[in-house]
Amino acid sequence: MRVRPLEHKPSPEADADAAFVERLRAGDEAAFMELVERYQPALVRLAQSFVPSRAVAEEVAQETWLGVLNGIDRFEGRSSLKTWIFRILVNRAKTRGERESRSVPFSSLEREDGEPAVDPDRFGADGAWSSPPRSWEGEPEARLLAGEARSVIDAEIAKLPPVQRQVITLRDVEGFGAAEVRDLLDLTDGNQRVLLHRARSRVRRALEEYLS
Amino acid sequence: MRLVGSGIPCRQMVELVTDYLEGALSWRERRRFERHIAGCDGCRAYLEQMRRTLRVLGRLDEETISPEARDALLHAFRDWRAEAR
Ligand SMILES: [Zn+2]
Repeated sequence: MRVRPLEHKPSPEADADAAFVERLRAGDEAAFMELVERYQPALVRLAQSFVPSRAVAEEVAQETWLGVLNGIDRFEGRSSLKTWIFRILVNRAKTRGERESRSVPFSSLEREDGEPAVDPDRFGADGAWSSPPRSWEGEPEARLLAGEARSVIDAEIAKLPPVQRQVITLRDVEGFGAAEVRDLLDLTDGNQRVLLHRARSRVRRALEEYLS
Repeated sequence: MRLVGSGIPCRQMVELVTDYLEGALSWRERRRFERHIAGCDGCRAYLEQMRRTLRVLGRLDEETISPEARDALLHAFRDWRAEAR
């Protein structure tokens, strides 16, 4: 058996990333456009939680790609290529968001949000369900993935306070892990869980109303 | 619906769901949570709804890029390459 060098963590993702990075450095247009197709919608989606309009979000995403190209020589593979690209977006979107609006930092507002996950009227005095949720096991997947259900979810996400929106977008829509999101957004683990909890609870509630 | 032995009221269970799914409950809390779920239809349905919600969220990202954005990025790339080489 061959012994692998320890400083290297070989994985299919890291190998695929390395291949992309090499092609980008070599000026390979197809490699760039493949990344663009893969991540641009997600970048715009995430940028929208930092800046006031879709148009500005698209600009931020475009600037992100320029940042990717200009920085590709410095990519060292310490994070995945996807995380690296999203970090560039988050940094730019934050700067842009601060410039566009002079409001109070969002995170301080969201700390106060102690809204319960479920309407308290649905529980009896003993804390047990008086109006329990019904099972969705009979709901066909197609109904939940249909355009209408998706717009209900999109609308609910759009209404969330910004950091909740960022957390649920990165965690649940983009599939980043807790540690990556903690680093990207500079949150403590506990704070991230609280924000994720509020956001998920509201999206579930919106879906429940839609399905009832 | 009863407290089903776990001692956690349903109203509190719904606030623990994220900690449960994130693996942030202690071993003891986790057992109490699971014992409650096993005996409570309402909380079981709630947890199932939450899991289903997460699955749908994970499928939201199946959008495609607009042709305008695609063109703009293609041009940006060609400009970059022309300058860089
Ligand atoms: Zn219960």
